[in-house]
Amino acid sequence: MWKTILRRILIMIPELIILSVIVFVISKQLPGDPFTGSINPKASMSQIHHLMRINGLYDPWYQQYWNWVVSLFHGNLGNSYQYQEPVTRLIAERAVNTFWLSLLTMVMTYAIGLPMGLYAGRHEGKLQDALVRIYTYVTMSIPFFVVLVIGCWIFGYDLNLFPTNGSVSPSASGFLPVVLSKIYHMILPATLGALFATSGITQYLRSGVIDARKSNYVKTAQAKGVPMKDIYKHHIMRNAFLPIAAFAGYSIVGVLGGSLFTEQIFSYPGMGLLFLNAVNFRDYTVMTALVLLYGFLSLLGTLISDIALSVVDPRIRVE
Amino acid sequence: MSESVLDVQNVSTAFKIDGKFYKAISDVNLNVKRNEILSLVGESGCGKSTLAETIMRLQNSKEAKSEGQIIFEGQNLLNLNEKKINEIRGVKIGMIFQDPLSALDPLKRIEDQVAESLVYHTDDNADKRYQRVLDLLDKVGIVNPKLTAHQFPHQLSGGMRQRVVIAMAIACEPDLIIADEPTTALDVTIQAQILDLLKDIQKTNHCGIILITHDLGVVAETADRVAVMYAGQIVELASVEEIFNHPMHPYTRSLLRSMPQKDNEGDELYVIEGSVPSLKKMPEKGDRFAPRIPWIPSSEHEENPKMHEVENHHWVRCTCYKNFHFPNE
Amino acid sequence: MKNKELLKVNNLRVHYPVRGGFWNRIVDNVKAVDGVSITIHQGDTYGLIGESGSGKSTTGKAIVGLEDATKGNIYYQGMDITKKSTRRKLKYNREVQMIFQDPQLSLNPEKRIADIIAEPLRNFEKLSKEEEKIRVIQLLDIVGLGPEALYKYPHQFSGGQRQRIGVARAVATHPKLIVADEPVSALDLSVQAQVLNFMKKIQEKFNISYLFISHDLGVVRHMCNHIAIMNRGRLVEVGTKDDIYNHPMHIYTKRLLAAIPETNVNQRKAHHENRLAVEKMYQDHKSEYYDEKGEALPLQKISETHFAAIPKSRVNLLKSGSGEVSD
Repeated sequence: MWKTILRRILIMIPELIILSVIVFVISKQLPGDPFTGSINPKASMSQIHHLMRINGLYDPWYQQYWNWVVSLFHGNLGNSYQYQEPVTRLIAERAVNTFWLSLLTMVMTYAIGLPMGLYAGRHEGKLQDALVRIYTYVTMSIPFFVVLVIGCWIFGYDLNLFPTNGSVSPSASGFLPVVLSKIYHMILPATLGALFATSGITQYLRSGVIDARKSNYVKTAQAKGVPMKDIYKHHIMRNAFLPIAAFAGYSIVGVLGGSLFTEQIFSYPGMGLLFLNAVNFRDYTVMTALVLLYGFLSLLGTLISDIALSVVDPRIRVE
Repeated sequence: MSESVLDVQNVSTAFKIDGKFYKAISDVNLNVKRNEILSLVGESGCGKSTLAETIMRLQNSKEAKSEGQIIFEGQNLLNLNEKKINEIRGVKIGMIFQDPLSALDPLKRIEDQVAESLVYHTDDNADKRYQRVLDLLDKVGIVNPKLTAHQFPHQLSGGMRQRVVIAMAIACEPDLIIADEPTTALDVTIQAQILDLLKDIQKTNHCGIILITHDLGVVAETADRVAVMYAGQIVELASVEEIFNHPMHPYTRSLLRSMPQKDNEGDELYVIEGSVPSLKKMPEKGDRFAPRIPWIPSSEHEENPKMHEVENHHWVRCTCYKNFHFPNE
Repeated sequence: MKNKELLKVNNLRVHYPVRGGFWNRIVDNVKAVDGVSITIHQGDTYGLIGESGSGKSTTGKAIVGLEDATKGNIYYQGMDITKKSTRRKLKYNREVQMIFQDPQLSLNPEKRIADIIAEPLRNFEKLSKEEEKIRVIQLLDIVGLGPEALYKYPHQFSGGQRQRIGVARAVATHPKLIVADEPVSALDLSVQAQVLNFMKKIQEKFNISYLFISHDLGVVRHMCNHIAIMNRGRLVEVGTKDDIYNHPMHIYTKRLLAAIPETNVNQRKAHHENRLAVEKMYQDHKSEYYDEKGEALPLQKISETHFAAIPKSRVNLLKSGSGEVSD
């Protein structure tokens, strides 16, 4: 199995190179430049051209790409045009926020989705199952940003239960108050994100349980005199979890995608917000770095899915 | 003759389809004796697997309703609660399924799957159970029990998988084994070995076996007695010699005629007219096989066909067998 | 009178690469079909028998072009059709059709019977709507189904009816050869009889040849006059029905024949003993019939019609006039 995983990781190298080229070339095709509108409006065209030239923006794309890659390996992704700060530092700060928010979202997704899926699958066709299915259809059919806006409005503004912007209260000081404040700021966006993401997991698990229960090995176990509750524990649950394991890595990608909306609506200072601002500002350095990072994380997600599946499924693990 | 291990009396099972119950088997009467192989034979949908699952109580009580009595060790299996039936399943009655790959949990090692019934029905500790698993695998002809015990189902060949399934069924030395099409998914050479194995087990364990199959060749080679099923009912019940040498019911005779054999080589095969009625269209009254032998006048049929003991231990449903002939005769 | 030669398969090989090692390079080949030669005459039914994994289905697929030949040639009416381009040029796939084991899987569930049967017609013939309908009704009639079947869907039919629809589709373009891969294995006995009867009837009517692939020796004996036994990708015995069933030479054929369950209950004991004896002989002598790599030996000529992959020493014994070789 180790061979497979190592090979799988090696395959990621060419994938990353191709990804970086595509990202870089596309970012260069975007209209506009980072200087017009950001420096003294009285600056002349020739001054802007001069700035472009010394920043290497008139070099051929492959040269710009090469320079970018070389500095990438030095941990230097250049400075943000907007913030005048090294991109690496900028992203590192925001990534921590996004990491915790995503982690909480994932934990809540599984905490809600797993029991619901198991419950619905076990009571297939009954009222409990119908309620869960209505829930999944509703959350699936409403666009994510609508859920966010309505949730933000009801729980944030109307009921005023949760903060609706920032990642930490400015008045908090000391370790524990800061941590608590951070969690407090994350609860509403994470819950809303989780509510949206559960439908997939719930449905996968529900149909996994139903399929497993109708399988012949369950009949065999029954014929061996194993009580039904033990059959659920030993046979049905394990088999029903297979698709969930395969889903785990991909859900990272989903949560990151979702964070673009969440962070925008909750003004949460994470990578998503940084990215949207960078796009608005034509902040190439930040944009390319973030797209590359998102791409890398997506590849990592699929890698995790593959590894997870090969760990839990002996048909893949053992030849 | 030796004692009965199982007595099935007036059993019927109905399935729920679109809110209504339809009988998949009805008026089933038979017994299985110790030291015998009773074969249930019939085409798909005739109810032979339904009967097996009814005996094992494997149906969901909301989707299926059974009536009648299935007497095993003095108790009616149909009246037992979940806990009581689990004291019989796997211990006193073992079951072997058709497709050995899907009958095994793909995520569990063979040793755990074979040991499972030992966990629930014996006081053995893990070491003792493992020893017993190795013994069982050896008994069913697995060449390297230690290796196989440690493997997963997908690593085994079809024949080996079926041996494992048999090992699971005989783990607690049951008095009755129900084998539902145990060789249908296997090649003929493997089939021959598995049938020999079943016969050996029956001899050494002194148990009764219900062998469910659609293959008349398998019946002729392994069974002691045969019950032929058509449209949810037993239509003929007799010793294997009687069934093949003096078949009486029109359905049994038709089946034997439609089979490609040495003596009808190259001829046109006999085709039974029409088709089996679907569950929803099963007639409540009359001979269910009558529409498929329309040249036999209705006066030959009974209104409510019953099983008749025509000769010693040779039972036939309906009276139409008396003057039955094929259309070209 | 010998019929015209229709299809000649010459030394067909279909190998699949096995990948392994760290770089996933080709480390070995699975020899699914390894040097098979078959000749099918017009109007003939040629039986190809083998157990699962023997390569019999792959051979059939290679003949209709669903599988590429790694090596070897397939000649149809004397022309080499191994290449896809020549097959297309010669309209080969109009004249050679296939029937599959599971009619449930081979019929598109979303199409009506009229469209399913008309599909090969539309590919190869330009018919008006009216002409097409008449042809489809004729075809349904041949397999014993009425015109009311036209606008139904596959799931509305029983297994046997679906297989008959499969037969109707296969004969739609007046093929000269039909490759039937386990056509009755999924069917009940009484339905099997019906499908086999139809296949024979159609054969007489249109002078069709069959390559009948099956593991069921009883069915093959009923249908075929020439038979080949396949084992581990190679033919181990080829001959007429009489050669194979009454004078089997290869140890594998003998074992296979002994394993078929007999319906003659009166000889149950004798048959069982015979099977055990053959099995013992097989275990003791099988090494003589296969080379070091476990591959079957080359075929030796035993008579004009009969070939078997037996060691040369046994052929010599035969020729020296000792008649049947005892083991």
